[in-house]
Amino acid sequence: MKKTINVSNQGATLDTGRRNFLKLGGIGLAMAGLTLIGCDDDDFEFPGNGQVFDLGAGDVGVLNYAYALEQLEADFYTKVVNNFYSGISSVEKEIFTDLYHHEVIHRDFFKAAITGATTNVLPKLEFQYPNVNFNDRNSVLATAKALEDTGVAAYNGAGKYITNPAYLVIAGKIVSVEARHASAIRNIINPGSTDFSGDDVIDANGLDLAKEPKDIAMAAGGFIKTPFTWKEKGIS
Amino acid sequence: MNILKLLDKLSNDNFFTKEATRLETITNISTLGKKAAVASIPLGLGAVMATPAQAETLDRAASATFFKSALTDALQLALVLEYLENEYYAMGLAAPGLIPNADRPVFMQISKHESAHVVFLKSTLTSLGETPGPKPTFDFTAGGAFMPFTDYNQFLVLAQAFEDTGVRAYKGQAGNVMANKAVLQAALQIHSVEARHASQVRRMRANKGWIELADGGNMPAATHAVYAGEENVNQAGFNTGTAFGAAAGSAAYDEILTGSEAQAIAGLFIV
Repeated sequence: MKKTINVSNQGATLDTGRRNFLKLGGIGLAMAGLTLIGCDDDDFEFPGNGQVFDLGAGDVGVLNYAYALEQLEADFYTKVVNNFYSGISSVEKEIFTDLYHHEVIHRDFFKAAITGATTNVLPKLEFQYPNVNFNDRNSVLATAKALEDTGVAAYNGAGKYITNPAYLVIAGKIVSVEARHASAIRNIINPGSTDFSGDDVIDANGLDLAKEPKDIAMAAGGFIKTPFTWKEKGIS
Repeated sequence: MNILKLLDKLSNDNFFTKEATRLETITNISTLGKKAAVASIPLGLGAVMATPAQAETLDRAASATFFKSALTDALQLALVLEYLENEYYAMGLAAPGLIPNADRPVFMQISKHESAHVVFLKSTLTSLGETPGPKPTFDFTAGGAFMPFTDYNQFLVLAQAFEDTGVRAYKGQAGNVMANKAVLQAALQIHSVEARHASQVRRMRANKGWIELADGGNMPAATHAVYAGEENVNQAGFNTGTAFGAAAGSAAYDEILTGSEAQAIAGLFIV
């Protein structure tokens, strides 16, 4: 028997073997066990065209939302480190390599975590960078800055939708690292300035950006080829 | 966020009552002795799904008081840390010849934010019907151990320690403020500003902007409590060190400090 999920891009695959990373106990284990019943392989059957994956309701939706953003960041930095722009300094190379590591770890964490909790796991998304020149330092840094600031604003805005305090803490552990990234990238772009926490992102109360999911979808949507919805948050 | 909008929300009884309801769910978990279970399966959605049925039995009024206290206690702790940072940078900027001209814009920007955080937290506490705690008397030499206002390297060391502490301390209070969505979001918005500061100060000291293992990066032993536990590579059972090693895995996540751990660190500088 095959599991059926609704995604639009045929041919995407999910590696559900990573379920093993999560050592769930108690109720969590029971839940994880239930999701395995009736599932004899890791293949997914994709329904007809026009059916789009929905991130889901409640905490699952928020986790899938975070997973989508981490997929984007991981994909971007993978491209950066596989094709460093010419003349890159050793410091910048080290920073981009670290960011690549961190975002891939975040992405794989969410995949394992969501897979351990529900069958409604966002598939692997496809991305596009029509306006990014990966050979150009300014273009790569500007995109990294936009992605990190967007990540911070997204987590800051989504925290209030999380009901499980443990998930909230995990999101908190990740968002501060995104903010550390944003600060470093901004400082590389404009050393010695106040840009690391510039007035363009921090308001008069000393508060960083927080954006609603639909605004994040507008900001990041241009990079995401695979359509998905989050009806609960007005993204359709 | 517009502070007036926030204060308006905070003063709205319906808003607060409604938000308190969800906290009851959390209280109930500990009341039933399930706190440990929740902690051990942080990513088990089952824990969330199992709680609503139990929430009915709770004394609503009692729990609202309890959670208001948890909320305002968290904000009072945050205020102490912001008082500390605010005074530290103000004194640093005022110390003649301490901060090189090239670095002054950075510390003026950080100082501006810490000052705003003090004002914001005091307003928030007041709007919740709580009197903001008074500013403690600080001794940034920690009894003579540091000379931050005459030695710029030491100034940077303590700035890094305070910012990295702030990131962990705010994170540790997330569960205590989550009942009030407006406060939670504002706390998250302060939290990420502290992380931006921390990254900047760390990089001024030739460290990475993020914390690998429990190594603060050329920091004196007196600050080790700030980094204890940061070496963690286990996030809800997922080994973050598998793909690229423990340094990257631990750096990809900042850890929390409990309220008492954060107080202990701040306490070193309070007379």
